[in-house]
Amino acid sequence: MLSYSLKRLGSAVPTLLILITVAFFLIRIAPGGPFDSEKALPPEIQANLEAKYQLDDPLVIQYFRYLGDILTLDFGPSFHYRDWTVNQLIAQGAPVSFTLGAIALVLAFVMGVTIGILAALRQNSLVDYLTMSVAMVGISIPNFVAAPLLILLFAIGLGWLPAGGWDGSIGRMVLPAVALSLPMVAYVARIMRGSMIEALHSSFIRTARAKGMPEREVILRHALKPALLPVISYLGPAAAAILTGSVVIERIFTIPGIGSHFVQGALNRDYTLVMGVVIFYGLLIILLNYLVDLLYAWLDPRIRYDR
Amino acid sequence: MTAKDPGTVDLFEQALDRRPVHGRSLYVDAWHRLKRNRAALVAAFILLAILLLVTIGPMLNGWDHEIPDWDNFSTPPSLETGHLMGTDALGRDLFERVMIGGRISLLVGVIATLVSLLIGVSYGAVAGYLGGRIDNWMMRAVDAIYALPFMFFVILLMVVFGRNIFLIFVAIGAVNWLDMARIVRGQTLSLKNKDFIEAARVSGATERQVIVRHIVPNLLGVVAVYVSLTIPQVILVESFLSFLGLGVQEPLTSWGALVNEGAQELETAPWSLLFPALFLAATLFAFNFLGDGLRDALDPRDR
Repeated sequence: MLSYSLKRLGSAVPTLLILITVAFFLIRIAPGGPFDSEKALPPEIQANLEAKYQLDDPLVIQYFRYLGDILTLDFGPSFHYRDWTVNQLIAQGAPVSFTLGAIALVLAFVMGVTIGILAALRQNSLVDYLTMSVAMVGISIPNFVAAPLLILLFAIGLGWLPAGGWDGSIGRMVLPAVALSLPMVAYVARIMRGSMIEALHSSFIRTARAKGMPEREVILRHALKPALLPVISYLGPAAAAILTGSVVIERIFTIPGIGSHFVQGALNRDYTLVMGVVIFYGLLIILLNYLVDLLYAWLDPRIRYDR
Repeated sequence: MTAKDPGTVDLFEQALDRRPVHGRSLYVDAWHRLKRNRAALVAAFILLAILLLVTIGPMLNGWDHEIPDWDNFSTPPSLETGHLMGTDALGRDLFERVMIGGRISLLVGVIATLVSLLIGVSYGAVAGYLGGRIDNWMMRAVDAIYALPFMFFVILLMVVFGRNIFLIFVAIGAVNWLDMARIVRGQTLSLKNKDFIEAARVSGATERQVIVRHIVPNLLGVVAVYVSLTIPQVILVESFLSFLGLGVQEPLTSWGALVNEGAQELETAPWSLLFPALFLAATLFAFNFLGDGLRDALDPRDR
């Protein structure tokens, strides 16, 4: 287990390197720099500024210095918000984004697993067909379409919930969290249904039933655990989807998270901010995938990673 | 039994007839299975209808997607004004814009998928065919890239290189080829050592014949399935970018850009959200169903 986890961690390093390298050089090819303004600066001042931020060193040295900065999680100053560092902007948005993302993730898995089990227990019944068709619709409606529709229905039409903003209250979290989790509920439900059906057909379930175990026990104690494994392996992609989705959801609901910084940064051409967020999200996704893999190996005794 | 029975002669002649047996090919088989899948057929029909509407709709409609109707700003759908889906805040005919946007969205979907197809198939085929250490390294590179946050990368590309439609094709296609490379590589690897390939070689087929008659047709099914599942993904990515204002730029438009415009006029003009959203969702829905159907029909692994 230990050697597997170390090996798996080792394979994350090249991915991170590619991410940082490509991001760094992309920013460097980009037209415009941090000190461009409408009025051209005198060359001496320009040179002084560049010297201060060490932009006059050879590119290779700058690259390795940037690598070092990233290792200490320092993303540099924002190009657009002159008084802010990218770290401050991320630190400001992160709690909001994480709260929203965590709620959406829990919502997606609880609802998806429940629906999936119900559909699997009544395979090929009306309930099954109905829920799976709805799931297909859910997968096909992107969350940036679902979100305004939800606002139209619940905020403008019925007036039940606020249409946007963020103050940490549950009421304002409901719509964005639901919009963020909707496509995922559908995915989880589909995966869960498939794996539950498979689990129910396996021989150890037949044994449990033959022993005269009540159906409820059979499902909860024996079938659920193996059926959950594929769902758990979906956790990694789901987390990535939540991060991506939060970009549009935060914009639609005017939530001050990292995602909205990211879009604003992209539109302002705030290169360091955009790059910082990309690397930060990349780190998060890689880390989450790693944790999910470990969790999976720990849960499934059939998988032996020590080769 | 000296007199020859004509029936027996016929039988003998039939038995001696060396015409090749016409077995049911993979594709005939797949077609039969697809025809029985009603959901997939309905999906294909919806897609054809949308394609037809998007192609000829603008010709039948009298309005231009750039020129405003000065008498109708943000008016609801009505037959009286001639705006079937109403107008947007600038007085432009929404039907026309949804059709033009649909052309762009579908075009991006198809072209970016072709780009990813080209890269993915050649990469995967080379890796699978060469095998060994080269294959190992090539696939490790794919694994490393696979873990990247792909959507953020596309956004980064759009920010750095400006927003034009060709970049969208290339950016989405260039990042989306990984799955294709993996699938094709796996398929090539397993085909290479299959008995029927060996049999063809033994019975004197040239290398060219082996590739053209046996390897390519067997890859084609998997590739077709994957293409039908990639197109909606790509359309989704493009809509996502356009929604953020990073994709297609005015006066051109796409379904994602229209949804974005509609979302901003939600309270005053809900129709400007509903129609593009409906078209986008219907297209994605149909592609997903068709892809599922094709997979059931074509994937040789499930036989």
